[in-house]
Amino acid sequence: MRDNPVLRTCAKILFAPIIVFGLYVQFHGDYSPGGGFQAGVIIAAAFILHALIFGLEAGRRLVPQWLNLALLAAGVLLYGGVGVAGMSMGGLYLDYNVLLPDPSAGQHVGIILVEFGVGLTVTAVMLALFHAFAGFNPERFGDETSDEADHSRGGS
Amino acid sequence: MIDPVSIITDSWNYLIVICLMMGGLFIVISQNNLVKKLVGLAIFQTSVFLFYITVGKMAGGTAPILLDSADVAYSNPLPHVLILTAIVVGVATTALGLALVLRIHAAFGSIEDDEVLTIKAEAALPRVTRAASETDSEARS
Amino acid sequence: MSLAAIIANLPALVVVVPLLLAPVAALIPVSGAAWVIAVIGTGGALISAWLLQGAVTGGVSFSYHLGSWPPPWGIEFVVDAASALTVLIMAALSFVATLFARRALPAEINERDAGKAYSAWLLASGGLAGLVMTGDAFNLFVFLEISALSSIILIALGAGTDRRALVAAYNYLIIGAVGATFYVIGVGFIYAVTGTLNMADLAERIPQVQQDTVIIVGFGFMVAGILVKAAVFPVHIWLPAAYAFAPSAVSAMLAAIATKAALYILARILFTVFAGVPDVTALALEWVLVPLAIAGIFTGTILAIYENDIKKLLAFSSVAQIGYIALAFGIASSAGIAAGFIHIGNHAIIKGGMFLAVGGYFLALRSRVSLSAMTGLGRRMPITTTGFLICGLSLIGLPLTAGFISKLYLVRALIAEDMILVMILVLVSSALSVAYLWKIVEILWQRPEGDDVPLHGDETPALYLPLWILAIANLWLGVAPAPLVDAANRAAMHLVGGIS
Repeated sequence: MRDNPVLRTCAKILFAPIIVFGLYVQFHGDYSPGGGFQAGVIIAAAFILHALIFGLEAGRRLVPQWLNLALLAAGVLLYGGVGVAGMSMGGLYLDYNVLLPDPSAGQHVGIILVEFGVGLTVTAVMLALFHAFAGFNPERFGDETSDEADHSRGGS
Repeated sequence: MIDPVSIITDSWNYLIVICLMMGGLFIVISQNNLVKKLVGLAIFQTSVFLFYITVGKMAGGTAPILLDSADVAYSNPLPHVLILTAIVVGVATTALGLALVLRIHAAFGSIEDDEVLTIKAEAALPRVTRAASETDSEARS
Repeated sequence: MSLAAIIANLPALVVVVPLLLAPVAALIPVSGAAWVIAVIGTGGALISAWLLQGAVTGGVSFSYHLGSWPPPWGIEFVVDAASALTVLIMAALSFVATLFARRALPAEINERDAGKAYSAWLLASGGLAGLVMTGDAFNLFVFLEISALSSIILIALGAGTDRRALVAAYNYLIIGAVGATFYVIGVGFIYAVTGTLNMADLAERIPQVQQDTVIIVGFGFMVAGILVKAAVFPVHIWLPAAYAFAPSAVSAMLAAIATKAALYILARILFTVFAGVPDVTALALEWVLVPLAIAGIFTGTILAIYENDIKKLLAFSSVAQIGYIALAFGIASSAGIAAGFIHIGNHAIIKGGMFLAVGGYFLALRSRVSLSAMTGLGRRMPITTTGFLICGLSLIGLPLTAGFISKLYLVRALIAEDMILVMILVLVSSALSVAYLWKIVEILWQRPEGDDVPLHGDETPALYLPLWILAIANLWLGVAPAPLVDAANRAAMHLVGGIS
């Protein structure tokens, strides 16, 4: 597909607007339909489009595996971290009222942060799913079992 | 007591839910192909989402997004939130199921339920354990 | 965080500590370091659960409002006698299984998957704890799915040793997802007529609802979904394959706590949420739960007698024991429910111990532990076998072991409710379970016909110490059962006493 000029050009042009739209959906979650999950899928769609048109290796270069895993964990930890911050500032778990001196401002900040965490994790998960399925190599699992053989023969 | 016409005109939304639910469950039970079972599961879960949304809709109510004007009837927003959660759970379940199907295909060579079940127990051990037991029996003999 | 803040947030910490350490463990590629994270996670949960159990001994129960939203608008975690006891059992068993996993898990999975395996382990542990503590019907579904999906990942990790683990995990996924969706349908019906999801609020509103059919249908769907997760006959079919082909440490943890959480939820639904409509629940208990439980007891025991693969044998035995717990809850008296909680605790330590011992055998043999492969192992691995025997004797209910206490209280509750025929059936099935235990014992001490199967290494303390912790717990709770029995009685009084 990377040889087709129409597809290549469209993918290059669309990549940035899709991400901008995804961020728009992300941060308008408290006022209109949107939020972390929807935005995460939209942003992941941009990266998946890139990988579809330009190949899996190009997609992997853009978001390497370690970065993917790190973003995944970072999103969950951000969400949990907001909860723990609520606990340490005197409230209960996921209590947004105590995050800032003004409770309603605290609610805003709390929701934006947790939704951002959700968006990060969902983007990373969707991308990881795409690469795991598209890049699935059945031979790789044969090599894993021979790692086991070295383990058990060498380790005993 | 039960008027068939009123069931169709008044409760058509519930009829759709029931048809999807039973169709999805039937596909899960009857199909042998592992991917088709997952499709049936997804249809079954979707019917539940429809059920929640249709229960939450208020007659004459608009979408549950705050508008500036007062005196507006909104549909119940809570089912929408519940369904969002359930959709995410459904996505995770489907993704995990598909990943397992890929691994089953790599390990067994087939994704038909009956073919996978009939593979014998001795053949079910992966290469490494047979190799290890072969070297053990060589060492002993 | 100050000490006062930690104490005030204990109910959340039981769930949050494992759940938040899970992504940290996923990032670590070294199995030893990831194991340390898992120990911190499960250990923190255990300490919090212990402190909570201490807090409710005075008959106090309190609720923790997540996000400071008061119920019924917000989600609450309920800490009362029943949930504190169950969450303590869960946390203790997952901690012991984590200790066992140090040597057991890396032998069965790849080094580079270790971080992700421990991440799934912590998610399962935290998810099960949340399942027990939550007081919101839909939040229950979320935790149910968190624990189910992470259990499926853990079961599928057994594919490195036996590829049938993948099929077992897939079947569990399909059946479990159908069960969880049934539960959601039930909650949908109940929510449609009451307008609330909070369990305590539901208990008040359900008796006021006029439409009986919707309540009955909703109740039926909810119970059916939970029965699938609890592996009550006839929807237990996912359990034998799942426990047989999972890695040993995973089998131990799941056999000990996963189905117990679902049985606790069953008790919650029957006796807290639907406490106000006893005619509906009584019908279900008398005509559905008790017969299914008895069928499960006999199916599990008889299939265990004919099974050659020891892990599958123990899994069928688990089906039978789950039948005992379901029967105890089906009696619905305070004595019956207390007997159910006692057996939840005892079976966790019995089955956990037996699976840990089988894990020790597997790691020594490095092949599938069929009964023929176990010939003569009793002589060569005496420490592990003695621990296995103690748990086995507890399983059949020998006096001075924990299992005897469970059977005693169950039989007493049956006699008190005048269910003499059921009591006879329980005693008959206990006698039958001696058959499969005797089969195992005989083979363990038999002299093998050919040469000895080579053992990969001697018995290491890392593998038999967790087993012996549970074996000693069996003996202790058999001789001095008062802590468990009192806690179970308090739990039962709380549940059948009505709304919290």
